[in-house]
Amino acid sequence: MSNRAMLVDYEWCTGCHSCELSCQMKNNLPVGQFGIKITEIGPWQYDDKKWQYTYVPMITDQCNMCADRIEAGKMPLCVQHCQSGCIEIGDVEQLKLKMTNKSKQLLIQP
Amino acid sequence: MDDQYIFVEHDKPFRYEDGETIVTRGSAWSAPGCHLGCGVLIRTDKQGNLIDVEGDPDNPFNQGRLCVRCIATKEAVQSPYRLQYPMKRDKAERGNPDAWQEISWDEAYDTIIEEFNNVKENYGAEAVTFWEGTGRDISAWISRLAWSFGSPNFLPSLNGLACYGPRVYGCFTLSGSFWVGDYSQQFADRYDNPQWKCPEVILVWGNNPVVANSDGAFGHWATDCMKRGSKLIVVDSRCTWLAAKAEVWLQVRPGTDAAVALAMANVMIEEDLYDKEFVELWCTGLDEYSANAANYAPEDVAEYAWVDADDIRAAARMYAAADGGVIQWGVVLDQKDEAIPSCQAVAALMMITGNIDNPGGMIKPPEVLMYLNGWGAELLPEEQAAKKLGPNKYPFYNAGVAVAAADVVIEAIETDQPYPIKAAWIQTTNLLACMGVDPERTLEAFKKLDFIVGVDPYMNPTLQALADIMLPVCMFPERSGIRCGDGCQRIETINKAVDPGNTKSDMQINLELGKRFNPEGWPWDTVEEMFSNIYGSTGLTFEEAQAAAPGYMPFEYYKYKSGKLRPDGSPGFNTPSGRLELWSGMMASFGLDPLPIYKEPSVSPYSTPELYKDFPLVLTTGARRWNTFHAENRQTPHLRAMHSEPAVQMHPDTAASLGVSEGEWVWLEGPKGTTGDVARAKRVVEITPIIDPRVVSTDHGWWHPEGDPKKLYDVMDLNINKLMPWGCGPSGIGANYKSLLCRIYKVEERNSHV
Repeated sequence: MSNRAMLVDYEWCTGCHSCELSCQMKNNLPVGQFGIKITEIGPWQYDDKKWQYTYVPMITDQCNMCADRIEAGKMPLCVQHCQSGCIEIGDVEQLKLKMTNKSKQLLIQP
Repeated sequence: MDDQYIFVEHDKPFRYEDGETIVTRGSAWSAPGCHLGCGVLIRTDKQGNLIDVEGDPDNPFNQGRLCVRCIATKEAVQSPYRLQYPMKRDKAERGNPDAWQEISWDEAYDTIIEEFNNVKENYGAEAVTFWEGTGRDISAWISRLAWSFGSPNFLPSLNGLACYGPRVYGCFTLSGSFWVGDYSQQFADRYDNPQWKCPEVILVWGNNPVVANSDGAFGHWATDCMKRGSKLIVVDSRCTWLAAKAEVWLQVRPGTDAAVALAMANVMIEEDLYDKEFVELWCTGLDEYSANAANYAPEDVAEYAWVDADDIRAAARMYAAADGGVIQWGVVLDQKDEAIPSCQAVAALMMITGNIDNPGGMIKPPEVLMYLNGWGAELLPEEQAAKKLGPNKYPFYNAGVAVAAADVVIEAIETDQPYPIKAAWIQTTNLLACMGVDPERTLEAFKKLDFIVGVDPYMNPTLQALADIMLPVCMFPERSGIRCGDGCQRIETINKAVDPGNTKSDMQINLELGKRFNPEGWPWDTVEEMFSNIYGSTGLTFEEAQAAAPGYMPFEYYKYKSGKLRPDGSPGFNTPSGRLELWSGMMASFGLDPLPIYKEPSVSPYSTPELYKDFPLVLTTGARRWNTFHAENRQTPHLRAMHSEPAVQMHPDTAASLGVSEGEWVWLEGPKGTTGDVARAKRVVEITPIIDPRVVSTDHGWWHPEGDPKKLYDVMDLNINKLMPWGCGPSGIGANYKSLLCRIYKVEERNSHV
């Protein structure tokens, strides 16, 4: 098992799809197949003026964590293009430490 | 090189080898189009074939990030829909997709020159009209082509210049300048710059910046600032993602923005929340402005704007209390007949709270180059300039508006008054699908013309219907160009990396034709020489700019205190009074209301209650989607798949009462303003709680590139602008695109065709 994992700060994902398309273009994935995909949770209203409206990116079995880019010293393309800067790929142990610093995060180990 | 600029340091030249590939650093701009110009790295093989486009992590503007439209560049560039060579078609065959014949560039140019010169000889140069789409980097070159040819009739195909123009003119009438939100974009070191302060409040008004990326503002700067502590107020008829995160969300009825802004002013004055010291020192007209705002009590406005009066108060208090408050305003304010008063109403909130020229507030965008409002006006003889269509009807077209008025030109084509119009140059605008209104009328008008040239990367409904000559345009990786930015300008270049085949860039086409029409007006042999001439004011050649970009101008806040806003060097603002004019002398001089006012939209539940009985839903149009920029991107498969058909968003209660379900095709049918005509367009139902049950919202610019060319790619089924008549408000600036009425019913076999 690789030590690489993805940390998502889902407080900030706006659902912009840049991660999805970056992966599709880089890996020549056809329409309808994804290495990372956004899920929309909401929108719905509760408590008079509050809204549940969250997006969460989730990696699929077709994600290879951009091993070639990491080797070349670059960020995985979904991470680099993420417009709200809410995803990070790194060593799972280090990402676990970051989990404790902030709420609304999700650690994904493939 | 002028050393006043601050350049980003690079450890590699703008073009370098990376293994078996070549990387070209630069900026992205049109086509595909947008209003930003992010830093990109274009990767090609050694034969000049495009491999991919990625964000440039060293570019301070986007910091490596990209939106989906740029990420899909390769699919757009390599699309089978691209036009590959110039074509001609007999005028009698207009609309026939099988009648096109491939021709050489020389034959195309010769034909255009002969036809345009014929018109000029027989009817005058003003009888040739030059149409552009949304500005982008086409404006400078096409305006010079029009004016050097001798025609004053260069214009965007937009009703009432109803995008950005009203906000710009609204600001100028009050302050002699334009203002944009301070997200640190003017600094090369961005959020780390010690002068900058994170806005305490961002008041997002009538746009969804993370999706829209409009007016030079990278939308996710808003989330960057939210991470750094900015709180939001959102004024939007829909609960966008940003609205869901806001402290206060005002779900306004479309078109009521000015009233809500005036009610906020009312609260700020009543409760003494405005910045009294700033207003005392730097504003004028407070008494008249306050008396006017007194007419807009929150309770009254809440009733017709369909919001909560306490929310208006909360928004007013929160914005007034902010030390550094951005107003991120959008096209909603422009797309109403009374657009300038709406923009005045919102701009005045910046002014009475002192959020002008301050860190984290509103800043005067640095200007690197002054050519964006058209280039080459000196080439247009005075007697020709006087023939421009527009100023006789609209006062603002006499005052710094360089272009002609689209509704006046359409009318001239139809009536030959005040003089005949005989030809059109249509460059990168698809005006039967987007921007233009009443496409059926527009089509009939253009059919009258003797000669029409289309210039575009792709065939589209407008050019399939109308063009006699088609010139294929290359896309940004295939050509060089200048990028300096809407809003805050910076030095950027677009750097050719890919072989364009037999296509040419917009600017090359304009240069080559311009030289043939008027050699003195175009004294350059190459586009690079022409770009260097424009960069002359910076002390850079184009090649030096390519090597050094991005470059930033020095920036300082509070220029109104140091005298740097006025040409005479005295403190204050560049207005006749030297102050911010809450009562605008400039508006008064045009015979327009000097104070911001609210008027009901031309059709609405209150202004046309009889129509509202038949058309019981308020319709707002132009909702932005991630995957498209206006009428573009429908040919790009991965983008199209994200949102494949035009949608109408409606509340679950609305869907239930109409008996329609998610994904179902419906007709949106509505009055074409107050003309008495009715028109309709098809949409797919999207059910969502983010919208008021009395309001529906739709996206715009739709056509089907895969559709039947003989049916104009379904544009007359899909274009929502069919519900809008040509004609605009009293200033000529602003037109109603966003507050309409409609009724909705299912598309069924018996009614499935227009």
